Amino acid sequence: MRRTDVGNPDYYHQVVDCQWACPAHTNVPEYIRLIAQGRFTDAYLLNRESNVFPGILGRTCDRPCEPACRRTRVDGKPVAICRLKRVAADHRDEVTHLLPRAPEKKNGKKVALIGAGPASLSVANDLMPLGYQVTIFEKFAKPGGLMRVNIPAFRLPEQVLDEEIGYVTGMGVDVRYNSPVDSLKALLDTKAFDAVFVGSGAPKGKELEIPGRHDSDQVFIGIEWLASIHFGHVESVGKRVLIIGVGNTAMDCCRSAKRLGATDVKVVARKTRKYFKASPWELEDAEEEQVDIVENREPIRFVIEHGKLVGMEFKKFESVEVNGKLEQTVAGTEILPCDTVILAIGQDNAFPFIERELMEFGKWDMPVVDKTTFMSTRPGVFFGGDAAFGPQNIIWAVEQGHQAAISIHNYCQGVPVGERPQRGMELRSTRMGLHQWSYSNDYNPAKRQKMVHVELKKRFATMSTEVEVGFSAEQTAAEVQRCLNCDVQTHFTESQCIECDACIDICPVDCLTLTPSADEAVIRQHLTAPAVNPEQALFASGALKQTGRLMIKDENVCVHCGLCAERCPTYAWDMRKFTVLIPHAGEQVAEPAATGAR
Amino acid sequence: MTYIAKPKVHAPTLAKNEIGLTRRDYEGTISTLCAGCGHDSITAAIIQAFWELSIPPYRVAKLSGIGCSSKTPAYFLKEAHGFNSVHGRMPALVGGANAANSDVTYIGVSGDGDSLSIGFGQMSHAVRRNVNMLYVLENNGVYGLTKGQFSAAADRGSLSKKGEANTMEPIDGCLLALTLGATFVARSFSGDKAQLVPILKAGIAHRGFAFVDVISPCVTFNDHEGSTKSYAYTREHNVEIVQANFVAPAKAITTEYEPGDATNVMLHDGSWVRLRKLDDDYDPTDRDRAYAHIREHQRKGEVVTGLLHISPDSQDLHAQLGTIETPLIELPYEQLCPGNAELQKMQSRFR
Ligand SMILES: Cc1cc2nc3c(=O)[nH]c(=O)nc-3n(C[C@H](O)[C@H](O)[C@H](O)COP(=O)(O)OP(=O)(O)OC[C@H]3O[C@@H](n4cnc5c(N)ncnc54)[C@H](O)[C@@H]3O)c2cc1C
Ligand SMILES: Cc1ncc(C[n+]2csc(CCOP(=O)(O)OP(=O)(O)O)c2C)c(N)n1
Ligand code: SF4
Ligand code: SF4
Ligand code: SF4
Ligand SMILES: [Mg+2]
Repeated sequence: MRRTDVGNPDYYHQVVDCQWACPAHTNVPEYIRLIAQGRFTDAYLLNRESNVFPGILGRTCDRPCEPACRRTRVDGKPVAICRLKRVAADHRDEVTHLLPRAPEKKNGKKVALIGAGPASLSVANDLMPLGYQVTIFEKFAKPGGLMRVNIPAFRLPEQVLDEEIGYVTGMGVDVRYNSPVDSLKALLDTKAFDAVFVGSGAPKGKELEIPGRHDSDQVFIGIEWLASIHFGHVESVGKRVLIIGVGNTAMDCCRSAKRLGATDVKVVARKTRKYFKASPWELEDAEEEQVDIVENREPIRFVIEHGKLVGMEFKKFESVEVNGKLEQTVAGTEILPCDTVILAIGQDNAFPFIERELMEFGKWDMPVVDKTTFMSTRPGVFFGGDAAFGPQNIIWAVEQGHQAAISIHNYCQGVPVGERPQRGMELRSTRMGLHQWSYSNDYNPAKRQKMVHVELKKRFATMSTEVEVGFSAEQTAAEVQRCLNCDVQTHFTESQCIECDACIDICPVDCLTLTPSADEAVIRQHLTAPAVNPEQALFASGALKQTGRLMIKDENVCVHCGLCAERCPTYAWDMRKFTVLIPHAGEQVAEPAATGAR
Repeated sequence: MTYIAKPKVHAPTLAKNEIGLTRRDYEGTISTLCAGCGHDSITAAIIQAFWELSIPPYRVAKLSGIGCSSKTPAYFLKEAHGFNSVHGRMPALVGGANAANSDVTYIGVSGDGDSLSIGFGQMSHAVRRNVNMLYVLENNGVYGLTKGQFSAAADRGSLSKKGEANTMEPIDGCLLALTLGATFVARSFSGDKAQLVPILKAGIAHRGFAFVDVISPCVTFNDHEGSTKSYAYTREHNVEIVQANFVAPAKAITTEYEPGDATNVMLHDGSWVRLRKLDDDYDPTDRDRAYAHIREHQRKGEVVTGLLHISPDSQDLHAQLGTIETPLIELPYEQLCPGNAELQKMQSRFR
């Protein structure tokens, strides 16, 4: 096995599972430690550097970090990373004076952003401090995109949106509300802008063209219906409501229906639970609100009697799993009675305002966009968020905004857009004494804290009562201790090891092994504990002085307790805090720091 | 010393033995020895051996004297019976305990100071009596606990941490045991668990006195250049002459090695020790040859390791004296103490 290059920032970064999984690479363990110290404002600002909207995301993030969290592999449940983010946001002090500011003197470059969703707002957030003059054209009267008009207020209070979007627009962004862009060509022809960013989202709900679709006024498209509720155009719904589809939009629809007075709400899914698109926690929340989930049904027609919607007919399936694949066989049909149907089967992109001759369009009538630079085939026109590659989520929109901002900055400064600033790293010992560390290294067996919800009756009374009450001080204090500080790395200096086995004997989770060199596949089978998770790296030292063996560490379930470093007589193991340095637009990070390895 | 306890959290693949316990169930409290002490590795090997043999920890008694080495029983088998004797007196205590209850597995842990200086006579007589126990001598060449004075096991010419040479002849625990008639004599190294664990298992299964001298570097006082008990020196001068493999009673011996290359010795409980000679003219069942062989290598400055000698016809103290096999605690009171009438009868014989 080859010696692991820990000087490459990616190696230790991958050990911080949550941060690696976060599209914007939020420094999770560091903000959790700040919360543990009661430094909520600092935790908030650290979040903001990466994800721009900690208060919004602390309530709504799709949280890819949580399934990745190492704690899941240790005790079954991830650290409540997202909820802790909300703790930082809820308890922060005044931050306006601490936020980045736009300079008085502008750099002379002008950038237009289409849409005021999270993607465009992130671009503005990165470009304003560099002196750009940024103009946002927004169709609606308020900023936020789907975050405002589609995510219901019982999950995301309007005031949270207003505050965090205000931090961006408050830098002096020229936002033109009620100003849809009808023609990109016309906008480009004005030559008023040095670059244009398209952050117009994926605004079209998918249709379901089956008999009866257009014979009733009680059939709605989910995202349009949610927007109508937001704008106050819809204030009631039938008593019996069917939601078709089982993604996150369906979850917001069924829960909204409950608040509009529906008593019998069913979400109807084609497949079985394992294949549902909705996040598990959104499903749980819906079920808590007494929404029924019906599996194995495929809609075939709307049942209309005397011009009135009375039900929907479905094909019924029997499902079995064969070799990990779902096999469904038809087992008759069924009519479910209803008064209203909401279609929540997905979103499409639509670019009616982009003339096709301006740039190349590819599959599914989507613009051809570079995956790294986010530039279209027309130089100077960039895409990001749902508009770039179809519907995703807020945190991806933010990250793509960061990347597009780097490209726009390069483009405006005459630097090739493909020239990306390099990542760097810092590594600092956390040793404070013989057996004292600057982080809390003792493993805490606390269980994941459960979020408290407002009682059902109160919840259903209004559209805007926030369901989750947030963690209490006690819950926060317990939850922060569940974080394993995965960024505090076990750093090995091979010239110092005398092969005494102390680290191997003490490791509670049997991560470490001294073994003769062999292929990685062979080594994986012959460790103190077999390396069963192929997605987790093995660290390998070079040949050691006394026997020529290698020190191997399986990163999989290391709990970063530091006991290996405490028991090592020669300090060959040290616990070093790793910080990955990820540059945003206009930033350069230092050359990769010397690591002291080997 | 480490302040936090080793957390209970464990690897998801942690295996269970035949009695449903994991290796972690055989641990004790966290060690207070210097980080990197060889004794801690021996502790880990002891844990591994008892776990692999599926011995219930509460059926074990662990005894020791005084010294860093003698502190280690606190660090393994927390559910076992334990006794920390005064300096060098552990062998007598095991002898007594064993006389009263032969149903318990006895492990005595000692140091080169505890065994070869103050407890020299104690150990010698336990060997001679063939008390049924595993005797682990954790040998670092110094008195670790009292800050590194040369012990009787220090080699002549070996340098102290301050650079002074030892001028006296060493006492070699293995040679001593051989001359006193030990029925099981082994030497190993704390830094080689692959060798040590099978030896410990065989020593536990052996009925009689199983003497295991384990070179165990003292990182703080005797791991420098010029020391003959350091990690580096032991690795450079170690000559393994017999490789022992322990085969549990139920398992059949399969031909892993070339025939003729290995000797199988059956132990009293039906388990086997499979000895693979790495040196052609060596016979681990021949006491005198073993003695000569060790001496010969010693002259070349080499450290011979492996299961050096085993007597298949070992008769432990109980067998020699024909004492009752039932533990005294299980005997009915009338049998233990037959009463005044019986006493009078017995005494009348001496009048
Ligand atoms: C019901 C629902 C619930 C969701 N819940 C979550 C959630 O809990 N967590 C999560 O992470 N994600 C969620 N999402 C997804 C998330 O909202 C989007 O991925 C995200 O908002 C995309 O951001 P964006 O900036 O690319 O586009 P959008 O948010 O769609 O913003 C686009 C903006 O552009 C404007 N616009 C469009 N065309 C023009 C034009 N021609 N001229 C001017 N302005 C224009 C629109 O009015 C809009 O304001 C949800 C989506 C839906 C539909
Ligand atoms: C009767 C008595 N004499 C002397 C001592 C002091 N003493 C404590 S430990 C020790 C030597 C221990 O050496 P060793 O058995 O080699 O153990 P190590 O610490 O090296 O493992 C001595 C002399 C004592 N505790 N009791
Ligand atoms: S335990 Fe903490 S640092 Fe580790 S992956 Fe989970 S949140 Fe991240
Ligand atoms: S920090 Fe060291 S001792 Fe602790 S789990 Fe990780 S490798 Fe094992
Ligand atoms: S404790 Fe330190 S010196 Fe000993 S084997 Fe581990 S890394 Fe090497
Ligand atoms: Mg000693």
